[in-house]
Amino acid sequence: MLSRSLARAGFLTLSLLLALLATPLARAADDAALRAALAPMREADFNDKLQLVEQLAALDHPRVAAILKALADSRLYYQDAENRAVIGLDEAADIAIEDAASGAALGRASKRDLGRITANNRLRNLIENRLASLGLSSADSGQRKAAVQAFLKNPDPAGTERLKARLAVETDNDIQDLLTMALALVDLASPDAGVRARAATILGGRLQPELRGPLARMAAEDADPAAREAARIALTRTEFRLQLLGWAETLFFGLSLGSVLILAAIGLAVTFGVMGVINMAHGELMMLGAYTTWLTQQWLPVNWSLPVAVPLAFLVAALAGIAIERGVIRFLYGRPLETLLATFGVSLILQQAVRSIFSPLNRSVATPDWMSGTLALGPLEVTLNRLVIIGFCIAVFALLWWALQRTRLGLEVRAVTQNRAMAQAMGVRSARVDALTFGLGSGIAGVAGVALSQLTNVGPNLGQSYIVDSFMVVVFGGVGNLWGTLVAGLSLGVANKMVEPWAGAVLAKILVLAFLVLFIQKRPRGLFPQRGRAAEA
Amino acid sequence: MSELISELDAAGMHTPVEPVDASHGILLYLEEVSVTFDGFKAIDKLSLYIGDGELRCIIGPNGAGKTTMMDIITGKTKPDAGRVFFGQTVDLLKLDEPAIARIGIGRKFQKPTVIEPLTVLENLELAMSGAKRLRGLMTTRLTGAEHDRIAAVLEQVGLLEQARRRAGVLAHGQKQWLEIGMLLIQEPRLLLVDEPVAGMTPAEMERTAELLRSLAGAHSVVVVEHDMGFVRSIADWVTVLHQGRVLAEGALEDLQADPRVIEVYLGDDHAAG
Amino acid sequence: MRLPAWLLSDRAGLALLAVLVVLVLVVPALNLLVPSDHPLHLSAYTVTLLGKYLCYALLAISVDLVWGYMGILSLGHAAFFALGGYCFGMYLMRQIGARGVYGNPDLPDFMVFLNWHELPWYWQGFDQFWFAALMVLAVPGLLAFVFGWFAFRSRVSGVYLSIITQALTYALMLAFFRNEMGFGGNNGLTDFKEALGVPLHADGTRTVLFGLSALALAGGYLACRWLVSTRLGRVLVAIRDCEPRARFLGYRVERIKALVFTFSAMLAGVAGALYVPQVGIINPGEFAPLNSIEAVIWVAIGGRGTLVGAVVGAVLVNYAKTWLTGALPEAWLFALGGLFVAVTLLLPQGLIGWLRRREAAA
Repeated sequence: MLSRSLARAGFLTLSLLLALLATPLARAADDAALRAALAPMREADFNDKLQLVEQLAALDHPRVAAILKALADSRLYYQDAENRAVIGLDEAADIAIEDAASGAALGRASKRDLGRITANNRLRNLIENRLASLGLSSADSGQRKAAVQAFLKNPDPAGTERLKARLAVETDNDIQDLLTMALALVDLASPDAGVRARAATILGGRLQPELRGPLARMAAEDADPAAREAARIALTRTEFRLQLLGWAETLFFGLSLGSVLILAAIGLAVTFGVMGVINMAHGELMMLGAYTTWLTQQWLPVNWSLPVAVPLAFLVAALAGIAIERGVIRFLYGRPLETLLATFGVSLILQQAVRSIFSPLNRSVATPDWMSGTLALGPLEVTLNRLVIIGFCIAVFALLWWALQRTRLGLEVRAVTQNRAMAQAMGVRSARVDALTFGLGSGIAGVAGVALSQLTNVGPNLGQSYIVDSFMVVVFGGVGNLWGTLVAGLSLGVANKMVEPWAGAVLAKILVLAFLVLFIQKRPRGLFPQRGRAAEA
Repeated sequence: MSELISELDAAGMHTPVEPVDASHGILLYLEEVSVTFDGFKAIDKLSLYIGDGELRCIIGPNGAGKTTMMDIITGKTKPDAGRVFFGQTVDLLKLDEPAIARIGIGRKFQKPTVIEPLTVLENLELAMSGAKRLRGLMTTRLTGAEHDRIAAVLEQVGLLEQARRRAGVLAHGQKQWLEIGMLLIQEPRLLLVDEPVAGMTPAEMERTAELLRSLAGAHSVVVVEHDMGFVRSIADWVTVLHQGRVLAEGALEDLQADPRVIEVYLGDDHAAG
Repeated sequence: MRLPAWLLSDRAGLALLAVLVVLVLVVPALNLLVPSDHPLHLSAYTVTLLGKYLCYALLAISVDLVWGYMGILSLGHAAFFALGGYCFGMYLMRQIGARGVYGNPDLPDFMVFLNWHELPWYWQGFDQFWFAALMVLAVPGLLAFVFGWFAFRSRVSGVYLSIITQALTYALMLAFFRNEMGFGGNNGLTDFKEALGVPLHADGTRTVLFGLSALALAGGYLACRWLVSTRLGRVLVAIRDCEPRARFLGYRVERIKALVFTFSAMLAGVAGALYVPQVGIINPGEFAPLNSIEAVIWVAIGGRGTLVGAVVGAVLVNYAKTWLTGALPEAWLFALGGLFVAVTLLLPQGLIGWLRRREAAA
């Protein structure tokens, strides 16, 4: 027993030693084979090249992938003088090259001394395929994944065995899954109807776009009724999941649009809803916020600019708002139509001021790294900037709510709006409260401008495009009701995005506007009206 | 389409209503009327009857539902429950404000609401034409008969001298009389008068009392008033409203001795008068 | 002939009519009879400019009728103006016939460009002048009537009404920007050649259009002046100053509002229809909310509720605009914005109101 084990261990050790010894020899042999496959490239026609590529792909040599890739990209050259294949590293006239077979850098050579080895699309397809197979055995899971995905895009029964072999040893769940899918995709072409049906069942409910075509074809054309049925069911499952995904996407876009609407409207909900002041310059206050963002980016690195821009924009817009209130609006309390006209005048002045100072052209505000890119929530890919804006909207709403409900100013604001005379009698300085409330609403507009600068062009017309929408949101939700503004903004955002796919963006907007015009005529006090005798006045 | 046009044409009047049937001696019925604002019961199962030709005063502390009651009778507010009839046959809940005005219910607001840029004469002309079709409004002249009628009303409310003056420059009391005149020229069966003497001098008050007393008989008059002295000078029958209900009804002297009424007025800081 | 009393007492109105009569006599004479090198000669450009002002003045009167007398601040009157303009523009488009760039006798150029093969149904009939003229009144009128009918019945008033009128014109602007609407999209309707067989670019045509604008303005003024002098006019004032009073006097306020709003929209439509052949183009920009608000400010500056003030305001502001946008283009929006603020704060009754008050005080 013991001796047999020993003998076995000895044998193993010996073979290991031999193998170690053999490696450089084998490498040398491989190098030779590699050069042998490369040498005819110079003169080969495309059919020959197909075979040469197959030869190369069959070699287990670390340089094969780089060479094939270079060939597909038309970067493989033949240096006649040295009689060797080289890979071009740039496109300069004096081109940097490396030896194809060894990967050793060879400095620069004149392009005139190099002959390009051309490739056609058929060749490229083949290369892509073979590269994919090569990737399958890579140690990097990302490369393996890419290899299987490439296979899915361009299935080739010849690669089936490699897939099966990989599946047997693969440990990564995602890749296992992809491999199963790829094998099932090959099985769809099996002569055995049972195999086809099983494969279809495996593929059902998968979201990869490459799978739908073959399934649809099978559901329509397969000779076997059972297989056809299996394909049909599989297709239905896929479509159902796609639909769900589509809804989730619409919902997300709707929520993100809704957040923008809420951000734009919520300041107005304070000035119009709580104070009853029509401020047509509200949009321009948002514009000021957006320009403040742009200015901070001139001084600060982009990644740090937004946290600075938010309080700064609040301050700038709030001060502008207080100036408007003290300079114009306070003389017009109780005359809403005049307030509307005067503040419209202010909005024209602000627009032209921005045009004169910053030029009439749009300014581009950069997006920080931490806001760019996407985040995968399961199969749903959401853009980070929209996600951040949704969160930002919630934060602003919560802060405003807190400010109105829990602070001294909030208490005074509510007192003044409910009964000005009584509040004054209780010692509330109502003029100061008016100015501060207006400043608060305006400041929020400025903060909304920071968010808008991440979504749209920052230009003198920024405010105008949001003012009608903002008023609609406030009126739709019910004037004087912050929660109403929230619900109204979200539902309008989602409604808009739901109509958009079949009506187009502009028509969707028109339809939503038309709906609102009709809605206000049916329920002039909005979704959540304030009832009672006081509200009639 | 023709229906639409005729409806449009009725910018003033629609078909003349048959005279109100007050054969049972009662002109206005409110029965079990309730209305709620945001959970607050402004009117709570209120029942009230106004006799034909009667002069009735309604008193009650602030928030008792006096103005809301008027809003319901004139169609401005729709109650949640209850019946409101004008005479035997006319269901007021089915009509809107202009229709109610046309069948003969006039309302004077708490604040004098005359049209200030227009002259006294024009205000009355405006009131007189309320029941006219659109065509009837498309004229710039007064007929002789119309002129006489306006003159008669001006005489009645004592504003003959002021006919050509702008309503905006009238004294407070004169505006109140003009508004009453605007109602009278429409020859209503029922006049609802909300706090007619608020802010009046004693002399003006006296004239107003006289005017209202002279109207009773030919018209039913309902006066909502805070001023107890004034109430005493005009009404023999008084209704006390409290928390949207009728608390008590009777002659003013009896009511002033009623412990429930005293409780309401003293328990609440709003003293009557 | 004796003037009726309502006109006789309207001194400012008589002055306006006199000015219009003089303009109608003098402007064509200075344009057509005075040789072009003479200093008194009026160029065709100036004649057109004056005609444009008169169209704006008519728009201002229509705004004043609803705002100054009925208290409805419409921020969407430019929509009616633009609709009237589009209706007449459609007629002018059809008159181009085969003279367009693509030479298609049946379709306007932009439709050929969009690969359309036949005229959409709503373009039918617009080759007839009488039909187009009817539509100039009917289309704005119908929109105003339907809109007003619903809005006033549900008692939408004050700033709410202003905001939804603004939403209305904004929505229309977005709609007309779409190529699929069939009104030329972004570019609108342009390249007109002739109306009723007369070439539009001839000097004679321009003076005739100027005369027609003056006539329309005079007619619009007289109609509005008469209307506000009738008992209906007193009802309008009652609605403006105390709507519940009017209602409790038995007036069907919402119907009266809808009717007068409709009439006002028709006037605006006529103004738009006369404007288009003079400027030679109509595009969706005319629906821009700013245009409607500008019209309101003309009325505010002149003095609302006076009708004459609307005309004065429209002409003054537009003259200033022509001059400033030429001399100091940057300053125009500052000036306009400043006017909004200054008028509402300092001159709430407008120029005419201020003059009358001074006269009364003197």
